[in-house]
Amino acid sequence: MSETRTIQWTQRRKALLHSPITTSISKLLRVSVTLLGLLLITFLIGRVMPIDPVLAVVGEQASKETYEQTYIDMGLDKPVIVQFYYYLSDVLQGNFGASLLTARPVLDDLLRVFPATLELSTIAIAIGVLLGVPLGIVSAIKPGTWIDVTVRIIALMGYSAPIFWLGMIGLLVFYGELGWVGGPGRLDIVYMDTIPNVTGAILVDSLLARDTATFKNALAHIILPASVLGYYSLAYICRMTRSFMLNELNSEYVLTARAKGVRETTIIRRHVFRNIRVPLVTVIALSYGNLLEGAVLTEFVFSWPGIGSYITTALLSADMNAVLGGTFLVGAVFILLNLSSDFLYRYLDPRTR
Amino acid sequence: MNRLLERLAIGLIACTGITANIKMVSAETPPDVLVIADRIDSLITLDPAESYEFTGSDIIRNVYQKLINYYPDDLESGYQPEIAESWTVSSDGRTITFTIRDDIKFHSGNPVTSEDAAFSLQRAVILNKTPSSTLTQLGFTPENVRQTILADDDKLMITTDRPYAVSFVLNCLTASIGSIVDRETVMSHEVDGDMGNSWLKINTAGSGAYSVQSWKPNESVTLQANDGYSHGAPPMKRVVLVHTQESATQRLQLQRGDVDIARNLTPDDIAGIESENGIKVEEELKGGLMYVSLNQNHPILAKPEVRKAIKYLIDYDAMQDSFLKGQYRVHQNFIPTSFLGAVDDNPFELNVEKARELLESVGVGELEIEIGVRDVQDRMEIAQSLQNTFAQAGILLEISVATAKVNLGRYRARELDVYIGAWGPSYPDPHTNAGTFAYNPDNSLEANATGRLTWRNAWDAAGLTEKVERALTENDREMRIEMYQDIQSGFRDTSPFAIMFQQSAQTAMRDNVNGFSTGQAVTYAAFWQVTK
Repeated sequence: MSETRTIQWTQRRKALLHSPITTSISKLLRVSVTLLGLLLITFLIGRVMPIDPVLAVVGEQASKETYEQTYIDMGLDKPVIVQFYYYLSDVLQGNFGASLLTARPVLDDLLRVFPATLELSTIAIAIGVLLGVPLGIVSAIKPGTWIDVTVRIIALMGYSAPIFWLGMIGLLVFYGELGWVGGPGRLDIVYMDTIPNVTGAILVDSLLARDTATFKNALAHIILPASVLGYYSLAYICRMTRSFMLNELNSEYVLTARAKGVRETTIIRRHVFRNIRVPLVTVIALSYGNLLEGAVLTEFVFSWPGIGSYITTALLSADMNAVLGGTFLVGAVFILLNLSSDFLYRYLDPRTR
Repeated sequence: MNRLLERLAIGLIACTGITANIKMVSAETPPDVLVIADRIDSLITLDPAESYEFTGSDIIRNVYQKLINYYPDDLESGYQPEIAESWTVSSDGRTITFTIRDDIKFHSGNPVTSEDAAFSLQRAVILNKTPSSTLTQLGFTPENVRQTILADDDKLMITTDRPYAVSFVLNCLTASIGSIVDRETVMSHEVDGDMGNSWLKINTAGSGAYSVQSWKPNESVTLQANDGYSHGAPPMKRVVLVHTQESATQRLQLQRGDVDIARNLTPDDIAGIESENGIKVEEELKGGLMYVSLNQNHPILAKPEVRKAIKYLIDYDAMQDSFLKGQYRVHQNFIPTSFLGAVDDNPFELNVEKARELLESVGVGELEIEIGVRDVQDRMEIAQSLQNTFAQAGILLEISVATAKVNLGRYRARELDVYIGAWGPSYPDPHTNAGTFAYNPDNSLEANATGRLTWRNAWDAAGLTEKVERALTENDREMRIEMYQDIQSGFRDTSPFAIMFQQSAQTAMRDNVNGFSTGQAVTYAAFWQVTK
């Protein structure tokens, strides 16, 4: 009797453990613990850095009195743990504090810089995927041929050429010399502030406002930095696709299919490509994640006001509110990407359902 | 492989660079808009009571008016009336009474009154932000400022704690902190008794040639012309500062005609662009100084002979003529050229023999010291040059490269043996530098006067402190000039500071741009008289 009860209880517990609600709750818990840990570590790093955040505000020539007053105004006279407690309770109320460098709420700053990065990264990853995957496949199908060699050289260049240099050369040739694309920044001066800010992504906003001139100008400005970044992820995605493909092409099931007389294109399309989709999703999600962190060097070369340069500048001045807010956002983006690739795995791979 | 790629890359850059120079089609900015490529990432506030860095000072100069001001077309004449039409000085020399003009209006439409002027100066003292020392050194404190700065009808009276040279007090008022803000507008945005500070950080309320329409951090600042400006409507209806970090990118923007002015070109890019059609380069002397300082807590560096020897171990001319070309000029005195009391005596040059003799005379053989250097190109190059010349006399320099904030923290804590520093004057009066390079009333550790360069290097200023005090109150112009010259000559010989260079600014612009001034050594950039 008691045994059946135990079994029943265990079954019920199992059912409860695997119900969608509990899974979601445990996922949520894990996410919050991760984010909390992220905040704590960033906060502590910020405190042990040998940078004086007061100096970032008052500058070199400040008098002793100004320095001391600012030190107290910033709450730095309190113990670190108390500072963290105050910070955390503010964050829980959706208040990330104000940035020292931009004099406005960090949340406003993030809402301004992140769409710029999002816009750039999305186009870049689209370029990377749309070109990288087919190139990788082609080069895997014809290993050792001139096509393969060419693709591999292209990929190697994208992988090893410093992105800073690629950006500079791109600007010199396509902006300076040929005049095909717009210069640094997101828009020409004449198009600045001409459309209402809805999403912060100018391409989207200009479409919403049905302003094709602004859209074209924004496109002319974004295409070069997006291509440079896209080239970089193309190189990575292409190499990974190629090695995944080669791995599968050497499997026995491919041999069997060939022996059965299945057409090569069908083998690739129906069998091989299906099997590399899952690891490919991981590679693409990781590349996208890296892009969304902000590409600091590209942003500097193209004067692109994205999250990479925002966090870097903040870090160099110990503007901790901005650094923490930015890190939190990047962390959240990574978690979100992870969740969506989890979701994609389920869709692509029946075994994980 | 990487080496090969690198070479290929360099080759490619060179090729594209050459062709880019030949075939450059230019676009154009709108005729009434001035577009300036600049580095605006140091901009952290637009509030004149708080701002101290270059971009902020440039903007504030164009947005706010002052009681008296410097005019870009006549900087040599010194300060001239602006909001104040005239002034008188009381017989005891402590009170200056300004008569305020009655025909100037703020951007909001409110008239500019003596009340606004009194409020603006009081506010700057009470807020106690970085530039406030320019006013508090005159004896104003948050407690007494409501009695010492008074408005009465069209008169503004300011009373200092003791009689100072009138030119000194007036020069202080031409600094950004002397800007007159619109009291009614500012106070309507007050939060928690901050006197409108958090609002004025990102908004403007002045009566000058422009108002700030938008400031997007690290992206752009847009200024809108004030057609009711008291010196006449500015020809440029909009001025846009676009943030461009890289010199090479700024150069491209200028060549393409997407910007009218590029302000941060390196000597290499200046050389590459100078002779191009449609582009001109203008050079102005600025107020910034570059110096090397020796920590007097270091027992060997504290010896006068060693201090002197080090001044003979710097290759001033070679640096000026190579990597600092066009950006710095040799200047070995703490008052910048074009300031009252400036002298052009530069007695030191590289002389290893003499330095060796001096070192031997006090028995100093091998010496190893640490030098703090900021992680920017020109300072690192200076450090390398110093390392090279110091080594010739047996002094081993260990270079510590770090970000500005890290090094500055150590410097202010008296932790570095040697430091390469830059210093910019806060207001156009010799005392701004005398007060930091040659004045130290209390050298004790407890004084913690971290804002003062003498204290940071633990130097007691050896009798110069009293001389600086006296020069501050001297009202006879010629006499005052003589006093500063005397102080500087003592300083050159004995101080632990080797002043090396004075900054100059090279501005590249399209050749249709006229009347742009960066403000030389005494003030900041002015946009309102620019035409194109």
